[in-house]
Amino acid sequence: MAEDARRLKESASQTAGPYVHIGLMPNFAGIGGVYDSDLGSAMVNDRTLGERITVTGVIVDGAGAPLKDALIEIWQADAAGLYNSPAETRGAADPNFTGWGRCASHAETGAFIFRTIKPGRVPFIDGRPMAPHITFWIVARGINIGLQTRMYFADEMAANDADPLLLRIESRHRIRTLIAPREGDTYRFDIHLQGDRETVFLDI
Amino acid sequence: MTGNTKQMPKDGAFLPRDRNWQPPALAPAYKSSILRSPQQALLSLDNTLSEITGPVFGHSLLGRLDGDLIHNFARAGEAAIGERIIVHGKVLDEAGRPVPSVLLEVWQANAGGRYRHRNERYQASLDPNFGGCGRCITDEAGRYRFLTVKPGPYPWPNGPNDWRPSHIHFSLFGTGFAQRLITQMYFEGDPLIWRCPIVRSIPDRRAIEQLIALLDMENTIPMDARAYEFDIVLRGRRSTMFENRLEGN
Repeated sequence: MAEDARRLKESASQTAGPYVHIGLMPNFAGIGGVYDSDLGSAMVNDRTLGERITVTGVIVDGAGAPLKDALIEIWQADAAGLYNSPAETRGAADPNFTGWGRCASHAETGAFIFRTIKPGRVPFIDGRPMAPHITFWIVARGINIGLQTRMYFADEMAANDADPLLLRIESRHRIRTLIAPREGDTYRFDIHLQGDRETVFLDI
Repeated sequence: MTGNTKQMPKDGAFLPRDRNWQPPALAPAYKSSILRSPQQALLSLDNTLSEITGPVFGHSLLGRLDGDLIHNFARAGEAAIGERIIVHGKVLDEAGRPVPSVLLEVWQANAGGRYRHRNERYQASLDPNFGGCGRCITDEAGRYRFLTVKPGPYPWPNGPNDWRPSHIHFSLFGTGFAQRLITQMYFEGDPLIWRCPIVRSIPDRRAIEQLIALLDMENTIPMDARAYEFDIVLRGRRSTMFENRLEGN
């Protein structure tokens, strides 16, 4: 018999609210002098390995308006497909790449922007390679529990077609909600909270 | 013994989130959730390496006053106004094990219920010596501690007369990105807790009670600061077969 692994219950989530920037990006919020810089504002440096890319987009609500008060975090593998994490057991990730970024929606346009590198491939649970992807986590006023999704790359269609997560999406037309088109070195990933183009969110 | 004896790796998958315990995306009494809640079913999937791994932050990140909200924004020799409190507790996983090296980032209104933010419209005064943010990292026993002032309740535009109970926002990083959590801590005895539409987005009363910090006289510093104790639970990892081996194996 398996032990009862759940002696306690996970603390309930509560919304990050409209003032999340005070806590997570105080310099952005105009609260200077407490922290040197906002955590997660730089993912790469001059020595980071891999193809430099920009990821940008907006988060759109059910009325078609961009969220201007959201906070977005991303988490991804390095160019070789390794995570910069103590829980990574397959090898050492690029020490010049954090893999983690944090960005606030622009107060007027709602746009988020990350300067990062294109991640390598990471194996699925059963060893099949997943297509390159970036994990997104979104919090804001009106979002009771952080929304998780993934961005895949439009120029990786062969890998996307065989991706174990994308293959699990029953409504095949919704796969495209996770695939960011490329223009130059920029990938555009708009996230729709509701409606015909609602992004596939994950319970993972 | 029968069944699967394959061991999960040490940093294995996390237990699924209990979506009946967590607040639903749509809680209509909290009006902002109406246009911001996904309507399609979530795609349920076991963790992959992308969720099992996550960023971990070292203690070297912390500045001397990061865990002291009374002084980290104050002018030299001055201090924030309000009831001085110590907030402390443990970060545990669902198996009750302490989680070390958890980065906790906190933010809150000042003693009068006013946030230092450009979108804030409440007429209560700003405190020139209070910024409202702080952070700390749990020690080997999963413990954290910070010093602050008790935040005031404040009105907010939702229903015609809604007031948030006094609360402190908490953001936590566990060892895997799937444990990422933002929540709020409330204060024992606050009558506004049970009236709040945001609190009431949580369906189970026990889950609400778990977010209420208790006055802790044991750790109160006489003539200085009252203590409140607040433990936080992050998703646990699946148990390994190792713990179920027959003796002598």
